[in-house]
Amino acid sequence: MSPKTNECHPSFIRGLWALTYRELKKWLNDPIMLIMFILQPLIWMGLLGKSLNIQGLFSAGNINLPPQIPIPGSAIIYPPGVSQVILNGTWFSQLFANMGINIMQRTFGVTDYFSYMAIGMVSMIVVTATMFSGMSIVWDRRLGFLDKVISTPVSRATIIFSKILNSTLRAMFQASVILALAYILGLQLSSNFTIINIIGIYAAIFLLSTGLSSIFLAVSIRATRMERPMQIVNLIIMPLMFSSNIFFPISMMPEWLQPIASANPLTYLTDAIRQLTILPLDISALIIDFIYLSVFAIILAIIGIVLSWKYLVK
Amino acid sequence: MEEVIRAENLTKVFNKNIIAVDHINFSVYEGEIFGFLGPNGAGKTTTINMLTTVLKPTEGTASILGFDIVKQANEVRKVIGVVPQEYTADEDLTGYENIMLCADLYGVPRDIARKRALELLELVNLIEFKDKRVETYSGGMRRRLELACGLINRPKILFLDEPTLGLDVQTRAAIWDYIRHLKEEYDMTIFMTTHYLEEADALCNRIAIIDHGKIIANGSPNELKDSLGGDIITITIKENADVTDIISSIEKVKEVKKENNTYRIKAESGEVTAPIIIEALRQKGYTILRLSVSEPTLNEVYLEYTGRAIRDTEESKESIITQRIILRRARGR
Ligand SMILES: Nc1ncnc2c1ncn2[C@@H]1O[C@H](COP(=O)(O)OP(=O)(O)OP(=O)(O)O)[C@@H](O)[C@H]1O
Ligand SMILES: [Mg+2]
Repeated sequence: MSPKTNECHPSFIRGLWALTYRELKKWLNDPIMLIMFILQPLIWMGLLGKSLNIQGLFSAGNINLPPQIPIPGSAIIYPPGVSQVILNGTWFSQLFANMGINIMQRTFGVTDYFSYMAIGMVSMIVVTATMFSGMSIVWDRRLGFLDKVISTPVSRATIIFSKILNSTLRAMFQASVILALAYILGLQLSSNFTIINIIGIYAAIFLLSTGLSSIFLAVSIRATRMERPMQIVNLIIMPLMFSSNIFFPISMMPEWLQPIASANPLTYLTDAIRQLTILPLDISALIIDFIYLSVFAIILAIIGIVLSWKYLVK
Repeated sequence: MEEVIRAENLTKVFNKNIIAVDHINFSVYEGEIFGFLGPNGAGKTTTINMLTTVLKPTEGTASILGFDIVKQANEVRKVIGVVPQEYTADEDLTGYENIMLCADLYGVPRDIARKRALELLELVNLIEFKDKRVETYSGGMRRRLELACGLINRPKILFLDEPTLGLDVQTRAAIWDYIRHLKEEYDMTIFMTTHYLEEADALCNRIAIIDHGKIIANGSPNELKDSLGGDIITITIKENADVTDIISSIEKVKEVKKENNTYRIKAESGEVTAPIIIEALRQKGYTILRLSVSEPTLNEVYLEYTGRAIRDTEESKESIITQRIILRRARGR
């Protein structure tokens, strides 16, 4: 009789946290999956970063000159009293080695390739984590959980934002794991790395994964089986990776690929993180990175949220 | 009595050609248990989904406590509790966490929610399993958990979609005890679907029979039975003669069917009419070997209106549930 039923005061924050917490919990309950996700970039780091020893090509050890190199023949007219000219081999070795370091420095910005590509792997995990967690909505729909949530007074915005938040948090967490592993494996931080840089790194990751997960949510929200979103991920993930600077700098790419790479948001995320970790910080480049990432995030988030909103209830 | 649910021309068409619910009209009054009865695919779940704001009607509308299900969906959601046909609890969370999740979604104040969650778990006998993951629950336990979740916001109106589907007899009885108890305790109106006829008969104040998306009969179980035209009297006589005319001429006899020497007679107030028939036959010198008077069951009502017996009970619960899952996937919902 009493109309006091309306003690319910669904709040955005509480609902958001409840739904996000649920997913994080599910995810943490599944450590195998967690390891699998981290394994992939780890393998890449081992394969490319450690075994394909690019800087080794140019290192001093590769250039073997005897300490003294006699120059024979009649090419040189000997000054009087001298029968032979001898080059200082050690000096030359040094010269070549320095040239190698110079080339590394000029193309990659750092002298060791491992550091360069390890950061690329951080970007990669952000993309994969974001995309795969966006798909969890397919299960929610299939198992009827989504219908139940829709029948509660929690707002649609809450449902959508919890999905995006969940993807973003996962991406940040996995990126942290990869960064930590890379550091253990020998990532060389630049001398001006501080705690503040870490905030910058998370901000950049946040932007990209918010944008990507919104659009991914829109793709999966109507899907009733995993296959469709899965195929889309498989289709775009490789081109996305290889048309960015995660393995090689844009300047080393063929000309036709360069404009694509310069539009690829992954390039900007990777550059931002590199600026903040291994490169001597170039503020203007960093600002450009952040502007690009913000614009990307805002546009994709708007499109994604609008579409998800539309498709959430049939 | 106050009208708490009112549906007007409520219609749902899927994919532009599957008419799942076809212009139905009905009212549910405060405090009653209203049953939706119908075979598989009749449109029961679709109706519940519309009433609980999960699906938008294609045409027509409904109101719940005066709130329009489309325009005031949010108000509707606050006052209803839903126990869906499928198990929707999160397998990876514990029973307690699942209830608290519902509480968070409904926005039940935290301290009240904690207390109530334990109360409800106690009520549905899951208190000892409250910290076990739902993955480890049996079907009956899951059903009870769903029930508890649906009650966390003290709904004024509770929607139960086949709450006992696939449960064994004891669990079904137990669930119904909980539901009756809860209804008294919390003073709720209950809208339920089922295809167990005895269940509907025993529990519902009023029933609507739905088939092919249309309501074909509507009333209290007794009204529905009465609408068949009374009780069934079965008489067997010794002689090989046709006494149909004698019986038909008696007042209150509606219909007589002969089968060898046995007559199935449909008549109003069977207890009174039976002695009159006996008397009439005796006077003509016939010997009565056997006689029974029975009230029609809902089964007969169902048969009469839908033209077929309800297909259920024999199917194993596993197969029903498997079919459900397959169906859900196929439909993509
Ligand atoms: N999402 C959907 N897409 C297409 N058709 C659907 C969808 N949902 C239900 N239907 C169809 O609508 C009709 C009614 O389905 P509904 O689920 O409401 O039946 P029901 O009475 O609940 O049956 P059951 O007793 O099996 O639960 C069926 O013919 C079904 O195939
Ligand atoms: Mg159903």
